Amino acid sequence: MAAYEGVVCSFCGSLCDDITVQVENNAIVSMTGGCAIGRNRFMSPPEANVPLVRGCETSLQEAVDAAARILSSARYPLVYGLSSTTTEAQAAAVRLAETLGASIDSTSSVCHGPGTVARQMLGIPTCTLGEVRNRADVVLFWGCNPVEAHPRHFSRYSVQARGWKTPDGRRNRTVIAVDVRKTLTAKTADIFLQVEPNSDFEVLTALRALTNGASLEGDTFGGVPRSQLAQAAEALRGAKYGVILFGMGLTMSSGCQHNVYQALMLARDLNDYTAFAVIPMRGHGNVAGAEAVMTWLTGYPFAVNFSRGYPRYSPGEFSAVDLLARGEADAALVVASDPAATFPAVAAARLRQIPMVVVDPQFSTTAQVAQVYIPSATAGIAAGGTAYRMDGVPLPLRRLVDSEYPSDQRILNLIEQGVRECFTS
Amino acid sequence: MLHIVGGNVYDPANGVNGEVRDIYVSGGKICDGECALGVGAGVGAGTGQRAEAIDARGMVVMAGGVDLHSHIAGPKINVGRTLCPGDHRMDPVPRSGSMRGGVGHIVPSTFVIGRRYAEMGYTTVMEAAGPPMEARHVHEELDDIPMLDTGMLLLMGNNHFVLSLIDAGDRERLADYVVFLLGSTGGYGIKAVNPGGGVNWRRRGNVGGLDDEIDGHQITPRHIIDALIDVNEELRLPHPLHLHCNNLGQPTSAQTTLETMRLADGRPLHITHLQFNAYGPKKGAPFASGAQALADYVNTHPNISVDVGQVVFGPAVTMTGDAPFQHSMLKLTRDRWTNKEIEMETQSGVVPIAYSKNTYAGATQWLIGLELFLLLEDPWRAYLTTDSPNGGPFTAYPWVIRLLMDRSYREEVAKTVNKKALEASCLLELTREYTLREIAIITRAGPAARLGLRNKGHLGAGADADIAVYDPCSDREAMFSRPRYVIKGGQVVVRDGQAIQECFGRRLLPDLPARDDVASWLAPQFAQLYTISFDNYRIDRERFEPCEVVPCR
Ligand code: SF4
Ligand SMILES: [Zn+2]
Repeated sequence: MAAYEGVVCSFCGSLCDDITVQVENNAIVSMTGGCAIGRNRFMSPPEANVPLVRGCETSLQEAVDAAARILSSARYPLVYGLSSTTTEAQAAAVRLAETLGASIDSTSSVCHGPGTVARQMLGIPTCTLGEVRNRADVVLFWGCNPVEAHPRHFSRYSVQARGWKTPDGRRNRTVIAVDVRKTLTAKTADIFLQVEPNSDFEVLTALRALTNGASLEGDTFGGVPRSQLAQAAEALRGAKYGVILFGMGLTMSSGCQHNVYQALMLARDLNDYTAFAVIPMRGHGNVAGAEAVMTWLTGYPFAVNFSRGYPRYSPGEFSAVDLLARGEADAALVVASDPAATFPAVAAARLRQIPMVVVDPQFSTTAQVAQVYIPSATAGIAAGGTAYRMDGVPLPLRRLVDSEYPSDQRILNLIEQGVRECFTS
Repeated sequence: MLHIVGGNVYDPANGVNGEVRDIYVSGGKICDGECALGVGAGVGAGTGQRAEAIDARGMVVMAGGVDLHSHIAGPKINVGRTLCPGDHRMDPVPRSGSMRGGVGHIVPSTFVIGRRYAEMGYTTVMEAAGPPMEARHVHEELDDIPMLDTGMLLLMGNNHFVLSLIDAGDRERLADYVVFLLGSTGGYGIKAVNPGGGVNWRRRGNVGGLDDEIDGHQITPRHIIDALIDVNEELRLPHPLHLHCNNLGQPTSAQTTLETMRLADGRPLHITHLQFNAYGPKKGAPFASGAQALADYVNTHPNISVDVGQVVFGPAVTMTGDAPFQHSMLKLTRDRWTNKEIEMETQSGVVPIAYSKNTYAGATQWLIGLELFLLLEDPWRAYLTTDSPNGGPFTAYPWVIRLLMDRSYREEVAKTVNKKALEASCLLELTREYTLREIAIITRAGPAARLGLRNKGHLGAGADADIAVYDPCSDREAMFSRPRYVIKGGQVVVRDGQAIQECFGRRLLPDLPARDDVASWLAPQFAQLYTISFDNYRIDRERFEPCEVVPCR
């Protein structure tokens, strides 16, 4: 039996790295630390899947060859997913997309992409989660629900966490929550602003104005009474070290990047009075890594197209949902994500029509409708590598057990080799 | 086997100044003629291969360029890339053959960084500022930069443990901790940026000089710099303390920098991007040149080296650990601004800007850089940088070289800049023109020696076979932006100014002395203060392979 300490859980963007795992006979038999989400992933490994070509069991090599044939003969291939695998695999996917002249996109474009666009327009004052734990005395959650989506975020980083300048944890903090409904996160807040759906921009604008001492006409803004907004504004200005943590409630509601822009401007304004940071609450374990890798390899964070031999960036044009909805992509490679289950109907329908290759440890909904399915070793359990926490802190993922299948990185490299051979033959 | 025949060799480290010499390469190293003939005959006999000959007659042969301060990899430059999608769009780089594409201009993608450096004849670059907690990210990017041997200077000037150990006067543990940091994050040398200022930045303050208070500590910036120089010298690290001074960019900066150099008091110290620190006060203007006083001091104090941080007209992206300074830049530009605090150890800011020759400020910065270049007498202690991309992209080096070598061109350009700035400057009185020998020093031999890279920056037997061959041309910008051949580790990687194949270099690491393990006292504190585990903070040594271990002094 082997015990591993300091194991990183990569099943949400919090990347808790205090997990202890016991391994016996190449299986994880027990685990300490970790929330229900993490426990579920560590303790129930994917079923023993096999490579499939058109539903028939085959060898890894056959599946790789079939994948290479599909992708190399496509006129407009799409590479998509990436956020639940290692940066090493993400880099291999970019390389493959470059070889194919494909479009490549990560799940960013359907979650925090608009926030990234806002960061491109404005930049972001931000910090690592340790600064939140050690210093933050005002924490504002906007359109996110970490109690359910990042279960240990409160205790490790943002609310109950006891840190250097926050020895009493929760009692050292004012917690503000903004959402369209009273989520479990909102229930714990000192101040809860319930906004009408799709009025985040209005509420943020009013809050910004009040924070800057402007006078406003009107009694409610996006459903929030002025008195509550004033209370929130006072709390923000009174912070010694304040943090805004935002989720898809902000990025995916009406206004998208403009909402985030306004939140970033609010933090920028506040930095004239005090220290204020913003952190996107990234969902997938390594979606932050996907953006980082694409940015250093191509200059752009997602929605990149290589058809001219060099990277071009255009969210809405080269983002996966749009490419599929317009019927442009004629083949797809999906790595470590499940778009057939999560994409809007038109895009998901197109995905089912075109030849698709899926590389994933799980036999996902998407895998079930793929022409080629290649099972891979789960990152952080059966494959090592690197993942980036939601605040950009890189952490090592370890191989704890052996898998009969290779890592995503290895499979993508094999497909790339196959594609090169198809192109030269 | 490679034989570079009949070139005019500029190898100042070995006293060769333009003489016609043959260069022999074997096994990725430069060797002397006899060894090469011996080995060559053997190899030729066994494999039927003959030494590949490069006819360099009439050409200028130098060692591969060495840049000791450039922001090429890691979280900060990736933020810079994120902020500049429009900029990338103007400079797409298609893949060609087996070579990866990307984007160029101010903040290029990683593959393009390696390619563009090589296409100027550079083969070694030091990333200027890595945050320890995000060092893995720096290394991941460095791994994706082809053509270059690379290393990383490690940020320590606002690190909680560094400051606390200086507070406590515990130099032994400080040395242990520095060795731990360098060893476990793959750092090459100690970098300090606005020491103490980053700590006060946590409440949006700063320090205004060497003797200001630092929140939560009993020490001042003076103590931090003094202690880090001491530790650096005690450990005999290959490179001296690499310092970004306090008050950078302020009209008080020249004065602060003078005081900082005085405090070194004979001990080795590298002051980086001196131009950004060479400002004095001036009535009715943002600042005046402080170049003369700084150059006078450096000229008479051989313990000091500097890189210039020349400003180039046009767009740039400023990125530095000096977060309070970057916030003041935001107040000027009111454009994009990123700020990041990394728990317990450092912070950074990124702000895109543009240097205009028409403004007093932009023109004065450009003039100060050139004044420094021309006033600093010893090229062995004054190196060419633009603090890329802070003063402009590294791809502007050939232009800067032309400005230094060609007085009439320099004056022609100077006459087009802001009049008020030019009138206040001594530039037109400076008649010096750099020679090829001096260029070889400020772009390769000097920085290599100061970094302690004994196998770089020269062409003597045993040196790495990193070589640049240029066609001589009176337009020095054209000459240095289009080498005829660049050889990296014995392979021709650039021909006629174009990369022809990708190769990957090695990570440069210092041969750290053995010190006491810090885990016993550090790990418990670390668990209290950091949100990642102590073991995950350390990076496995094999992660840095292939590496080259550089001996200490
Ligand atoms: S909070 Fe996220 S990272 Fe932490 S244990 Fe749960 S799923 Fe894993
Ligand atoms: Zn710098």
